[in-house]
Amino acid sequence: MTAPMGIFRGRGVALALIAPALAVVGLFFVAPLVMSGVVAFRGKGGEFTLEHFRKSFDYYTTDLLFTLAIVLLSTLLIGLVAIAIAGYLTLGGHPRTVAVLRWLYRWPLFIPFVVAGQLMRTFLAKNGMLNHVLIGSGLIEPLSAQSLLDWRGIVVAFVWKQAPFVTLLLAGAMAAVESQHIEAARNLGARRLRVLVDIVLPQVRGTLLVGLVLSFVTMLSVLSVPLMINPNSPTMVTVDVAYRISTHGDYPVANALCLLSLALAAIGAVFYLRHAAAQVEGK
Amino acid sequence: MSALPSSVRMIFRALILALLAFAIFGPLLNLLLWAFAERWYFPNKLPLEFGLTYWYRVFQPRGNALASLGTSVWIAVLTVAFSLAVAIPAGYALARLKLPWRGAILLVFLLPQAVPNLPVYVNIAQVFYQIGLNGTILGVVLVHASHGLVLAVWIASAAFASVDTSLEEASRNLGASPWTCFRTVTLPLAMPGLIASAIFVFLESLDEFTGTYFVGVPDVTTLPLLMFNATMGGNYQISSITALLLLIPSIGFMLVVERFLKADVLAMVGR
Repeated sequence: MTAPMGIFRGRGVALALIAPALAVVGLFFVAPLVMSGVVAFRGKGGEFTLEHFRKSFDYYTTDLLFTLAIVLLSTLLIGLVAIAIAGYLTLGGHPRTVAVLRWLYRWPLFIPFVVAGQLMRTFLAKNGMLNHVLIGSGLIEPLSAQSLLDWRGIVVAFVWKQAPFVTLLLAGAMAAVESQHIEAARNLGARRLRVLVDIVLPQVRGTLLVGLVLSFVTMLSVLSVPLMINPNSPTMVTVDVAYRISTHGDYPVANALCLLSLALAAIGAVFYLRHAAAQVEGK
Repeated sequence: MSALPSSVRMIFRALILALLAFAIFGPLLNLLLWAFAERWYFPNKLPLEFGLTYWYRVFQPRGNALASLGTSVWIAVLTVAFSLAVAIPAGYALARLKLPWRGAILLVFLLPQAVPNLPVYVNIAQVFYQIGLNGTILGVVLVHASHGLVLAVWIASAAFASVDTSLEEASRNLGASPWTCFRTVTLPLAMPGLIASAIFVFLESLDEFTGTYFVGVPDVTTLPLLMFNATMGGNYQISSITALLLLIPSIGFMLVVERFLKADVLAMVGR
């Protein structure tokens, strides 16, 4: 935006138009977030304390590491799946396969996490459809069928649900890459995989990063999937937070755990905000 | 790859597509089976008996499911109305007007997508509990709106930015007042984007779980919460039917999303 072009003019008008939205986000998002930071550090008498964090680490260090590992692994897999699918959609040489793939990949796009959790809870169970198909096709013995409803189930649910979202963003960005670059490289004899890695991916790095960071942050605060697939220890921090509140009414430790998962997300969020700010400024 | 004969490559392609199709539709098919299963227990591969008993139970006039569906839709409608009422002016200001502290304001509107929401819900629940908003429709709508609002602001801002300013200027030159110009030129041209943002907010509210889990208890049971309770109670038929109800709008929107949102606007979502 270089100059004001609106039909309504004046800074006062602009601020008045945006104030209600800002107030809602401020009251119902920013304020509770700040409150989290206060409650987590405040003792019974209102004094500053690190007691809640000590307790968090005493009880939940394993779960914190478990959470980080699951979310990192899921993010990595989502990235790989998204690159593979978006890459084939952009560079694939077989039009019908491209068309089928384009129709196929996006089904889970708007399916809510809570439904994805329910889907996987029955699909990946010991007597779920996955095992029946594996046994039926002779790939595994009936006796070696096992339930995948542990960390693996969470990762599968996350990738199943989030990969289409990143793929959608990535395919959109790849479609905007100059086709001349791609054709030139192809004419010089480069293979598709090389074109993808050397020419296309570097140009869509920003979009990939945004998609992955958004997924990373989203997965960190999903409660339903771990609650439905793997509620027992070790589990994800979100489950611990819900447990501290519903069973103990222990808001301070719940908030300390929240802040710790915020810290996990902070690294990602910094990347994201910096990139988003650059995008907005660049317009 | 090019060294392989084309028939091998075709089989390879078909195999990969088949695997992907199974990965995507397998869980959905499993859900369908559960929704129509009368009896199904280990080690049977398929339900022993199909039927609609559980559908009758879900849709009986005083059943929980219909009440939850009503609650969910009512909350979603209120959330859309509230979100758009504040997001449309905000989106317009962001797209068209000179704003002081523009960067900082944008940052605030990015926060709810960039920060895990759990601490927010936990503390809102605590505050709402003290002021009596816990377990009320209004409380849940406020929580949904504070999140949906952000999407709505972005999409509305992108929609307004895409309206050609020369059309507005022409209308102003012909003597239209700013309000008439906005109502008859800008708003109709931005409408597809605004409808898209309404659908996004509606779906997000309909599907929202965590916020409702903390703020809605014990009196507000939306469809996702009902489904969750049925699943945790081991009632897979009820939870599968409820999940199907939730899937219909989600998949329907997935199929038509590109009619409302061109790829470039869609790529703006999440930026």
